Amino acid sequence: MSKFKASGKRETPGITSGSLSDIVFMLLFFFMVTTQMRDQEQKVVVKLPEATEVVKLERKDLSSYINIGTPTRALQAQYGTDARIQLNDSFKTVDDIRDFIAAERESMSEGDRQFMTTVIKADQDVRMGIITDVKQELRRCSALKIMYSARKASKE
Amino acid sequence: MAKKTPAINSSSTADIAFLLLCYFLMTTTMGSQTGLQRRLPPMPDKNQKVEDQKVNRRNIIVVKINSADRILAGSDPIDISQLKDKIKIFLSNPTDDPTLPEKVATDIEGYGQAMVSKGVISLQNDRGTSYQAYIAVQNELVAAINELRDEFATRNYGKTFMQLPEDKQDIVKKAVPQNISEAEPKDVAKK
Repeated sequence: MSKFKASGKRETPGITSGSLSDIVFMLLFFFMVTTQMRDQEQKVVVKLPEATEVVKLERKDLSSYINIGTPTRALQAQYGTDARIQLNDSFKTVDDIRDFIAAERESMSEGDRQFMTTVIKADQDVRMGIITDVKQELRRCSALKIMYSARKASKE
Repeated sequence: MAKKTPAINSSSTADIAFLLLCYFLMTTTMGSQTGLQRRLPPMPDKNQKVEDQKVNRRNIIVVKINSADRILAGSDPIDISQLKDKIKIFLSNPTDDPTLPEKVATDIEGYGQAMVSKGVISLQNDRGTSYQAYIAVQNELVAAINELRDEFATRNYGKTFMQLPEDKQDIVKKAVPQNISEAEPKDVAKK
């Protein structure tokens, strides 16, 4: 009757961890493909408004971003709680947009400049006054293609 | 006799890969940018005299948002939920109402003649309007136009606008144009 009895000491075989790295590499590639580099540090709090009819931004490399919102909590002591404009990594005023757009244009190739899109990322509680100023300035720089950044809301 | 090379211990490659993975997780952002695309009108020439473009009164609807985020469409105050239907009726003018925009038979390449509405939506806002309300109104306007485009597409091609190939989409875009004018800013608020 000792046919099914374990005979002697039996060791559990070690799990081969050789394929573990393959799995992790697969994860890695997934993240590399689906994400893009964070290009700048957020200095303003931006909670995007919701919209149902949003479209995707086509050429991400041809877009420049204008962030508008209240400064983050850590910076509020220094800059106050009024809505500010952030270009690249610092707070700017409306007058600096001209230089910013010129610099962005400069960095693109000749043929791509006409497709440049300026993405306005504004907080939903920002007043339109500041955005109107930005829009007027963009018109003056003839950067006419703009996009109001918005989150996709589900259709009811 | 050749010596057997000892197997390289590969258990640490997983750790290396994890490190790389963590690096990418920290430095990248997920998700794509979405939003409402618009074209701003070019700045009027300084030499050019400012003359009002002659647009027939019936062809224009003025949508105003005041600093309390209330909406005025045409001549009466309206709730945002009704705005889309109002714009749709304005642009499609199903009963050929003489107070609503006229329609002009236009030749569209690849389609033939279509009745294209001459309606223009003029959007005006106050400096005190909240961005959220502004985007909500913009969204309703686009939604109205998108629905009209869908209707046109299903009537003619039996598919929704998004399912059509690009050349057909261009035809629909010409038949149902998106004429939203963001007017020069006006300071309406009187404090």
